[in-house]
Amino acid sequence: MSRSPSAGPDARRGHRRRTTLRRVGPPALLLAAAAAAWQGVAGLNGVDDLTLASPAETLAALARDLPLLLDATRVTLLEVVLGLAIAVALGAAAAVGMHLVRPLREAAYPLLVASQAIPIVVLAPLFVLAFDYGLAPKLAIVALICFFPVTVNLLDGLRSVEPDLLKLMRSLGASRLATLRRVELPSALPSFFSGLRVAATVSVIGAVFGEWAGADEGLGRLVLLANNQLQTPRVYAGVVLLTLMAVGLFVLAGLLERVAVPWRRRTESTA
Amino acid sequence: MRTGLEAPAAPPHQLEEGTEAVTLRGVARRFRSRRGDVLALQGLDLTAEDGEVLAVVGPSGCGKSTLLELLAGLGDPDEGTVAVAGERSREARLTTCAYMPQRDLLLPWRSALANAALALEAQGVGRAEARRRALPLFERFGLAEFARALPAELSGGMRQRVAFLRTLLAGRPTLLLDEPFGALDSITRAAMQEWLAEALRAEPRTVVLVTHDVREALYLGDRVAVLSPRPGRVVAELSVDLERPRPRRETVTDPAFAALEERALEALEEGGL
Repeated sequence: MSRSPSAGPDARRGHRRRTTLRRVGPPALLLAAAAAAWQGVAGLNGVDDLTLASPAETLAALARDLPLLLDATRVTLLEVVLGLAIAVALGAAAAVGMHLVRPLREAAYPLLVASQAIPIVVLAPLFVLAFDYGLAPKLAIVALICFFPVTVNLLDGLRSVEPDLLKLMRSLGASRLATLRRVELPSALPSFFSGLRVAATVSVIGAVFGEWAGADEGLGRLVLLANNQLQTPRVYAGVVLLTLMAVGLFVLAGLLERVAVPWRRRTESTA
Repeated sequence: MRTGLEAPAAPPHQLEEGTEAVTLRGVARRFRSRRGDVLALQGLDLTAEDGEVLAVVGPSGCGKSTLLELLAGLGDPDEGTVAVAGERSREARLTTCAYMPQRDLLLPWRSALANAALALEAQGVGRAEARRRALPLFERFGLAEFARALPAELSGGMRQRVAFLRTLLAGRPTLLLDEPFGALDSITRAAMQEWLAEALRAEPRTVVLVTHDVREALYLGDRVAVLSPRPGRVVAELSVDLERPRPRRETVTDPAFAALEERALEALEEGGL
């Protein structure tokens, strides 16, 4: 009958610190072990810098080329973020449309799945031909690659609302749009964010493909160029930054979810 | 200016003399399943007078929920007629009945107050206005201090109360309650039955209450209809003439109550369990 007993703020903060440690600790350890192994292999006789740059060399390249790398990062980040935004806008519209209009869903869903089988690597040069050399083809590729996880997850979320809840809304006299707004969309938010997290990680890959197909700036292009010039440490430095970008976007999507879906966290903590 | 004593929405309308609030005649309802058709209800006749609490009791799977869904206008019978307040069309039933499903179905992101106010929002009332109108009801039923709590912070009994207020706020003359306390432990359940009896005295409505608990049916109902197992039909109807209002403990230990309980259980057995 009463609210759940809450622990004092200090206890809660301590608890949070412990859970953070438990979450971040193991992957950090594994990463450190992998880096140590990497450094060990790179130091072996017969392994030269061209084949494998050691972590130390990668860090050195990162420090030395930082201004260059940061400029390229800014370009790629813009492609990724704008492409993601386009994918979310189009994906949300497509998912809601397919949810509300059944014939549309039946017609479009199989095609949507089939579109995933198209190799993006092959499409990228075509997009460059179609949209020219600048930002547009990169946005198109990032959006294309991110559209699928956003749309499919949101649609699944919209469709998995409990049938009893829909019956209740019908009996309360709610219109289709009122049910969508007040029940279905909020219920689908967790699924949407699952899709967004997947999209955030693959978006970086899309941007790199786009730059490889034709670009004069960006991290993907920088990595490709460095590879051709046999500057292996710089290639590695670029890859590290691309990875950080993907992980950062993934974490950001998770934070957004915590803000947008607060009831989920609270339900878990009282359960 | 609204006061706490005002009825929450449209007051129960008065029916013309001779019009039954709820009528089911020769009702049959089939469901298609992979192993052929399942007959949920067959040859079911049942009526409820205006302002009456009709309790329908029957074994699990006897089509009790189907019965309520037909009344609520969420489906049509395959045979027979279903009418609420004299209206047969499904659309008319949808707008004269307020349906309370078995589970509370509270939205986890809405406070208790906002969940109840959903009934008004569904009819196009604005968010703030809906909450403002729902609040007096929370005060009247002693839930004011829980109005801002999220469902996850509420006990099972409290959640069920909020779900009942949502049903009341729909402002319909007929309430359809589907095993409202089925998921609660027996102690909470007894307390909730008293609470509901009290609430219905404060807010009289025509009620069809479905339950598998004979005591609940007898304690809350003015009349009790006993259903057979699937396909469900009425095998007995009992009038409950007990002194009211009275605490549940006194009612259920009354010899007259025990006699009614015996008759209801007998009818259930004869129907075949």
